[in-house]
Amino acid sequence: MANLVSDFIGIRSPNPFWLASAPPTDKEYNVVRAFKAGWGGVVWKTLGEDPPVVNVSSRYGAFSYNGTRIAGFNNIELITDRPLEVNLQEIKSVKRQFPDRAVVVSLMVPCEEESWKNILRQVEETGADGIELNFGCPHGMSERGMGSAVGQVPEYVEMVARWCKKHSRMPLIVKLTPNITNILGPARAAKRGGADAVSLINTIQSIMSVDLDVMAPTPVVGGKGTHGGYCGPAVKPIAMHMVADIARDPECQGLAISGIGGISNWHDAAEFISLGASTVQVCTAAMHHGFRIVEDMADGLNNWMDSRDFADIRAFTGMAIPNYVHWQDLNLNYKIVANIDQDACIKCGLCHIACEDTAHQAVGALRIDGARRYEIIEEECVGCNLCMHVCPVENCITMQERDEGKPFLTWQDHPNNPMRRQAAE
Amino acid sequence: MTSVMDVPADIASGRLPLRDYETNFEDATPPLSRKQALIEAARCYYCYDAPCMEACPTGIDIPSFIARIAADNVKGSATTILEANIMGGTCARVCPTEILCEQACVRTAQEQKPVTIGSLQRYATDWLFERGIQPFTRAEPTGRKIAVVGAGPAGLSCAHGLAVLGHEVTVFEARPKPGGLNEYGIAAYKLTNDFAQREVDFILSVGGITIEHGKALGRDIHLAELRADYDAVFLGLGHNAVNALMIEGEGLEGVVNAVDFIAELRQAADKSTLPIGRRIVVIGGGNTAVDAAIQSKRLGAEDVTIVYRRGPDGMSATHMEQEWAQTSGVRIKHWAQPRQVIAMDGRVREVEFEYTMLNEEGRLTGTGEFFRVPADMVFKAIGQCFVPASIGAGELNGVLEFRPDGRFAVNEDRQTSLPNVFAGGDCVAGIDLTVSAVQDGKLAAAAIHRQLSAS
Repeated sequence: MANLVSDFIGIRSPNPFWLASAPPTDKEYNVVRAFKAGWGGVVWKTLGEDPPVVNVSSRYGAFSYNGTRIAGFNNIELITDRPLEVNLQEIKSVKRQFPDRAVVVSLMVPCEEESWKNILRQVEETGADGIELNFGCPHGMSERGMGSAVGQVPEYVEMVARWCKKHSRMPLIVKLTPNITNILGPARAAKRGGADAVSLINTIQSIMSVDLDVMAPTPVVGGKGTHGGYCGPAVKPIAMHMVADIARDPECQGLAISGIGGISNWHDAAEFISLGASTVQVCTAAMHHGFRIVEDMADGLNNWMDSRDFADIRAFTGMAIPNYVHWQDLNLNYKIVANIDQDACIKCGLCHIACEDTAHQAVGALRIDGARRYEIIEEECVGCNLCMHVCPVENCITMQERDEGKPFLTWQDHPNNPMRRQAAE
Repeated sequence: MTSVMDVPADIASGRLPLRDYETNFEDATPPLSRKQALIEAARCYYCYDAPCMEACPTGIDIPSFIARIAADNVKGSATTILEANIMGGTCARVCPTEILCEQACVRTAQEQKPVTIGSLQRYATDWLFERGIQPFTRAEPTGRKIAVVGAGPAGLSCAHGLAVLGHEVTVFEARPKPGGLNEYGIAAYKLTNDFAQREVDFILSVGGITIEHGKALGRDIHLAELRADYDAVFLGLGHNAVNALMIEGEGLEGVVNAVDFIAELRQAADKSTLPIGRRIVVIGGGNTAVDAAIQSKRLGAEDVTIVYRRGPDGMSATHMEQEWAQTSGVRIKHWAQPRQVIAMDGRVREVEFEYTMLNEEGRLTGTGEFFRVPADMVFKAIGQCFVPASIGAGELNGVLEFRPDGRFAVNEDRQTSLPNVFAGGDCVAGIDLTVSAVQDGKLAAAAIHRQLSAS
């Protein structure tokens, strides 16, 4: 049995699976249920200054794809709408009941040092393990100069992080918004401000769908809609790119990463961890299926780690990062071509029409004695993988390496590159 | 020992509690809900050069109509279906999809679980009919008149195709109701709620089609007159005869043509009034045999046996139909041929069969061993045929060319040996299915239109 215990910037939890700051972590009742189900930690839903915010009715939008419910999810909910004192009491109570679990508190107050100083003192008294700065909320709060309005300005990120380190001894996580052009800006700013870790991604600005009868964006609130924050399985690729960019950035070395974005099972978690995250945070999958999913996640991760002889999470954290390179470092002489397993082929013709219409005319459609047969025309195949992806049969189309005896050659040295490196004389 | 002869013959109606008749003859395959349809539609791979489409005798663009269901464009879906097959609603219910589109579905090759194309086709066409939407617009009248003989699937398909193009069509039908075998030949639980008539109403609603009932070719109307009075003639005569067993006792009371039993059952408003034997023997191996057997069972018959002279693979009823018969409590006995029907007091009591086998040359032969099956009624279901000589003292003989099997000889346009006479459906060669009859009518309509446009 692999060891799933996690030590994240000094915050210990029995496993790396935390619940992200969101509706599932808004109340003691929910968090107690989560801990009983086995979650390693929670980030309490964002606290703000009193009087509390007011939330609307009709809060979530969802994207179903080909019958799969909640492939993507969005919300227009704000931070906690309960009085600060109620939340603080409950956090204290939960931490007392579950001393071995991670309880991190998400915070969002106006961009004034005094506001931060006040709330940090109150949170510290709860016995919470750390704080996470909500610099990501893309709706409602950002229009009041908080949330992503802060996260989008690296100077603000650095400034607030510095206040927090100045006024509190608690470990500090800065939660980043993906609604920017380059994630390294705010990530480096957080580091400069003294943050111990970043967590990402927060939600992506989105219009979930348009109700064509009402002619309004969903979720519809009395005939109107607003943009919300997108999350769920559909955002995972965007999140992983941003996590990996920070993990490989020399300036961000030493900054711990808590990965967030569409994590639904152990496999997703393993991918984030391999890209440098050392804990993962989950929300949409729990909101879809309930807290019980953590048991399957922990079990799956454990079995996979055993199969790979990874003794603990650290053993593979960031393991894929050395292989995450810039495009100009890829070998241009690496060659693969598609191969169709004719016995497995069900003759749907999707590989042919995809290649014929939109790629390289490298899949021929034949009729032999009336029977359909699809064949790769290897001379035309550039190894783009399109046919493999459209093929509905697992392992029917595979990409095979062709060793053409050519040397390793990147764009940096390619003769077509006017800026190519000159060989040393 | 009690012999079968000691038990009195038993044919009676009302064998079941009244409510059982209703449930026994309700829709055999209930329609899909919207949710079910969306899930099933999402299973379609939207194949290129789709094998299902090629397997459909009317060439419906199946991937396209399914994609339109998935995209919530059900009107577009139904229109795609009906443009290729005006009886897409009936075909969705009665087509042996397991040997046509669904057999060809690539998911059959992949996982033995095809997309249920028939049920999706029904979903789309039902949606359109329930809303009373007319997807076709009739072209400006051309002034051309065409006579169609027979208001079955072939005739109505041809009539609709021509009417849409602006021609004026008169359909002559011998029976009191239109629809042909859709109305008279299909088991009650396959076409419920008077669907055949609702579909005919839909076909006629485009305009330009008049049906004259009680008009039989060779009796009330004649080919020579039709050719003189109309610009073209389409013959969709169907079958007009039933193959005979040619054994002793065939003429006894209680020996019935399965097609007549099925027709009577379809037309009966109250199924509890229909008499049925306690013990039934059905002779034959096609869908007619299966339909007669299952419906006997559902009328309350106790023991129903289908006897067929060859093995399961030789039966023209599909494997799915055979299985359905068996799960409905029908016994299927293979490798036996009838030798005589035995009567007592002029009424059927038993059927004697001889075991059969394939001899060394692969020909079917009797083994010389016999057995008897008790029966109060015997249904003959060994095939139907088209006998031109039985039409109006053979008024077609020597006028039209025939194939050796007695059916009309037609070319790929369904044109007979007379240039302005076309034919389709069961009276020409091909598989005897509603869907192929519709295709015949469709092709003939297109050819007639081309011919009229050129002249």
